[in-house]
Amino acid sequence: MFSDYSMSELGAIFAMQGFAGLILFSVFVLMALGLAIIFGQMGVINMAHGEFMILGAYMTYLVSNVFAAYLPGLFGMYFFVAMILAFIASGALGLFVEWSLIRHLYKRPLDTLLATWGLSLILQQLYRSVFGAREVGVSIPDWMMGSMPVTDMIEVPINGIFVMVLAVGISLAVYVMMFRSNWGKQVRAINQNRVMAGAVGINTEWTDRLTFGIGCGVAGVAGSAFTMIGSTGPTAGQLYIVDTFLVVVFGGAGSILGTIASAFSISQAQSIMEFFLSGSMAKVLTLLVVVGILMIRPQGLFALKLRK
Amino acid sequence: MTFSKNSLFTRQELIGFIVLAAIIFLLLPAVLDNFRLNLFGKYLTYAFVAVGLALCWGAGGILSLGQGVFFGLGGYCMAMFLKLEASTPENTSIQSTPGIPDFMDWNQLTELPFWWVPFHSLTIALIAVVIVPVTFALIIGVAMFRRRVGGVYFAIITQAFAAILTILIIGQQGFTGGVNGITDLRTLKGWDIRTDEAKEVLYFVNAFLLFGVLLIAQFVRKSKLGRILIAMRDQEDRVRFSGYDVASFKIFIFCLGAAFAGIGGAMFTLQVGFMSPTLVGIVPSIEMVIFCAVGGRLSILGAVYGALLVNWAKTSFSESFPELWLFGLGGLFIAVVMLFPNGLAGIWTEQIMPRITKLWAARAGAVAPIPATSTEEEGAI
Repeated sequence: MFSDYSMSELGAIFAMQGFAGLILFSVFVLMALGLAIIFGQMGVINMAHGEFMILGAYMTYLVSNVFAAYLPGLFGMYFFVAMILAFIASGALGLFVEWSLIRHLYKRPLDTLLATWGLSLILQQLYRSVFGAREVGVSIPDWMMGSMPVTDMIEVPINGIFVMVLAVGISLAVYVMMFRSNWGKQVRAINQNRVMAGAVGINTEWTDRLTFGIGCGVAGVAGSAFTMIGSTGPTAGQLYIVDTFLVVVFGGAGSILGTIASAFSISQAQSIMEFFLSGSMAKVLTLLVVVGILMIRPQGLFALKLRK
Repeated sequence: MTFSKNSLFTRQELIGFIVLAAIIFLLLPAVLDNFRLNLFGKYLTYAFVAVGLALCWGAGGILSLGQGVFFGLGGYCMAMFLKLEASTPENTSIQSTPGIPDFMDWNQLTELPFWWVPFHSLTIALIAVVIVPVTFALIIGVAMFRRRVGGVYFAIITQAFAAILTILIIGQQGFTGGVNGITDLRTLKGWDIRTDEAKEVLYFVNAFLLFGVLLIAQFVRKSKLGRILIAMRDQEDRVRFSGYDVASFKIFIFCLGAAFAGIGGAMFTLQVGFMSPTLVGIVPSIEMVIFCAVGGRLSILGAVYGALLVNWAKTSFSESFPELWLFGLGGLFIAVVMLFPNGLAGIWTEQIMPRITKLWAARAGAVAPIPATSTEEEGAI
């Protein structure tokens, strides 16, 4: 399949597909980070994660419309406001969901899965009733339009670069929160031994709630970033939920680094194969390989060594 | 007739079976018109999956979110046979290659793929309806349970399989009929399956097969195997330390559930007249879990009621308030988990049965001691 292309063309193809893969990688990382916090640290399966993301996307849509109507002069900056609001909205919903639903189900992980699936259906229908069944897109500020030529054959879109920068920034923020902040220390302590963590005076209930809220907030930011490269529909979240879970499980639940590494390998494999096979076959092969590896190594790439 | 603890049915269970049989064989055909009866025939095919799930999930503690895969595999095996029968060279003479299914012709295929060829034979197709899903379940089960993967990881990976199979079917349009599925199925060995009479006959075939499946399920639950499954669900390590090979039991029950789902899928194809990837993917697979959960995950009869009720509600809601249905379904998922985790069967055994027995005892003059109702979870039917 390579013989039809010249060497330089092949190089350009790999570079361009690699870059497309990097954008996909950023999206995966953004989505998976929230899940890595919630699933990895708390062991809670949140099937409504995609819907929290979409909430962030709709917040961005609303903010962009408000800016376009009332503050057209500051339109270039709306995205940063939107991102913060997306974090707050998704995070607040997350806190509420933890309080009303999840905390009753910590001992029954499979039931959590079903309940959050129900929640995702309700949220989807809610979005459909409020925002309509059609996909909505936001208008991207001018400075994010267009693409940057790297060589004469390779061009990279600026919004893609922006999303990548964002992914790196949020990964760093999550890393700092997880490993440098007091909250992160408490979360990891609870993950290792809940009873002992409680015994040394950590408020485990509140930490759980906060963790869930932060994870959902990160999902909201991911959704906000998502609007820069695609449009948003009520069911967009559901499309990615399985991929995202596979990314987290493949990376090894509980390991932030593993999540990033697995997001990288899955997205690169998929987008490079997409050029040579059809999109659906690329996806099927990627998923099959991931599932195959998980069958051989169920603990994922980077497993934390824990005594349970 | 005596009902010792070891016989296949307790008295309560036997009454439960008889009531369900009366509803399915007598009541529904008597009160429903042909169109509605056909719909209920479709719901019955989901009940096969729900019964399988009651065994896997309720008894064995294995939650599979990929039952749609097995339902679809069984259904596609049947659909392939029916499609080949419908695509005789005479029927398809306007195609550029007569004698192959129409969607293959649209996708510029000029001969039947080799793996379609065996499906010219009904016997092979019927065997495949069970064998293909079981083989698939065996591979997944051996790979996962031997490595002691269970719980939520298993659920996610089975869900991934549902996603993979859907993408594969949609992507390989020339071989599978793509997103439309395999449609325009006409006859089974010359017998037209599209007429009202045929639908009615199929409803009863469905009902008989379902009771066959229910009997197998009841036998499994009452056997030693069923007790080990429940022990495994509650204390897996203790069962393992007692010397049982936990993985083999899990693999067996998972394969049995897959076989039930495959039969259900094949009957779905016959009853409804098509098979498509919309019945394979993530969403239908998880909906099948809710049938079982609403009925009561521990109860095989409850699973049947759950499948019938949820689908009936879905049809009636979507007819009159299409927007409300997703709210209703979502609420159902949450309510069934939060408020009544043992479903309808749980409500029956915990709330209604004790009251009835109390009432009876009072009528009898309150002399007879109140018979102890079964409080064991696994005693719930």
